[in-house]
Amino acid sequence: MSTESSRDDFIIAIRSAFLKKGNRQKFSLFTLLIISILVLSLEYFKTGPVNQFRSITKDIIFRGSYVVSSPFKYVKDKYYLFQDHMSMYEEFSVLRDKDLNLDSLRKEVDFYKSENALLKKLIEERDLFSKEYMLTKILLDKQSPYLKSLIINKGQKNGVKLGSAVKDRLYYIGKVVNVNFLSSRVLLANDLNSKIPIIIEPSGINAILSGNGNDEYAELEYLPKDNEIKENEIVYTSGSDGTIPASIPVGKIIFQDNKKYVKFFSNLNQLNYVQVNK
Amino acid sequence: MARGDIKFYQFLLNGFPIILLFFFALTGYSFSFNIFKINISFNFVHLIVFYWVLRKPEMLGYGLIFFAGVINDVVQNLPIGVSSINYLLLCVIASFFRTRTLVPNLIYDWILFFIAILIVSSIHFTVLAIFFDKNISYGTLMSTAFFSFLIYPAVAKIFNQIYLLGLKQEHAE
Repeated sequence: MSTESSRDDFIIAIRSAFLKKGNRQKFSLFTLLIISILVLSLEYFKTGPVNQFRSITKDIIFRGSYVVSSPFKYVKDKYYLFQDHMSMYEEFSVLRDKDLNLDSLRKEVDFYKSENALLKKLIEERDLFSKEYMLTKILLDKQSPYLKSLIINKGQKNGVKLGSAVKDRLYYIGKVVNVNFLSSRVLLANDLNSKIPIIIEPSGINAILSGNGNDEYAELEYLPKDNEIKENEIVYTSGSDGTIPASIPVGKIIFQDNKKYVKFFSNLNQLNYVQVNK
Repeated sequence: MARGDIKFYQFLLNGFPIILLFFFALTGYSFSFNIFKINISFNFVHLIVFYWVLRKPEMLGYGLIFFAGVINDVVQNLPIGVSSINYLLLCVIASFFRTRTLVPNLIYDWILFFIAILIVSSIHFTVLAIFFDKNISYGTLMSTAFFSFLIYPAVAKIFNQIYLLGLKQEHAE
């Protein structure tokens, strides 16, 4: 008897939780859960009016988020500015003592560039990628343990394409994964879902750079077992996926606990403007 | 205090959970930081939804929770609808416990919150991994749930004080 009544109580409590509309509640939880599942199922439509509506909604939410986050972004920028200011003397001393020999290096690079262009002409290789980049401003910087991405202020209207490479100065930082009408999302190279083909020079080994959520370095996947990669070797994009141009520097090899990682050249936390491949 | 100021103050107190919910949904802040290589972050939206639906459901509408979920999905680059389902499931659990509880008790709420976020986090992980093929760190998800659980009593005390302030203001009128 008591088991039956407690089971009845349980069913009443469940029913009440799902179906009962409380004070000042316009919808029951059951109705809203059904709506949520319907909205979620719309995710499978990647084109057409559903996609356009989603794109407009995202644009509106991003602008709203930009306004709400702006005071915090201001504080964060000031904090990094202060940090830069504090380490300025140290950096200056390092640079002063280093023999950069920039002029001779620049001449050497110019020579290799012209030689490379000549060789490409000889084998009739066509450049698949545009060398033009457009400067964009970062609206939102979403760096949580689950997501490392940026929202930039240019979208479909400005000619941003899905999969385009994104650079900070000379260095690769990520690629465009979502294009809205007025904004786009850039997935940073350190995000868990980021996988890009790279080449390690001068050893010429190909691998996949896989983000691990760390702000400073990423992991290497599909490395040959008996590789002879040395510390400080440079990692470039290989361009073998057909969407990211080749030879964009990403970072350098570091060894940690007998494992090889790629330390990014760019500080992914301090980005204000980035360049998107047209 | 001028009448206009009093009204604004009351509006702030009454709308506090809604303002806070939309603030966290729009900005996606998790106050994440590292201590001894351990990443510590909190899911404030879970704390807000669970506390207010469990204790003062009339102050936070389910429809608004649904919209906060949609906004959170857009900001966090999740399939639109996933967070809404999570938040609404949290509401279902909180509302179920509310109907079963006679005398409110913070320790009891605290343990229930842990059970609720474990269920919701597991559903979140399952939906993303199975239906959308997304890579998500299960360890990070669980550590966020755990740290959110740890701060629940402190957050509940603050929310309770704010609610009492709102009541005081209403009675003063």
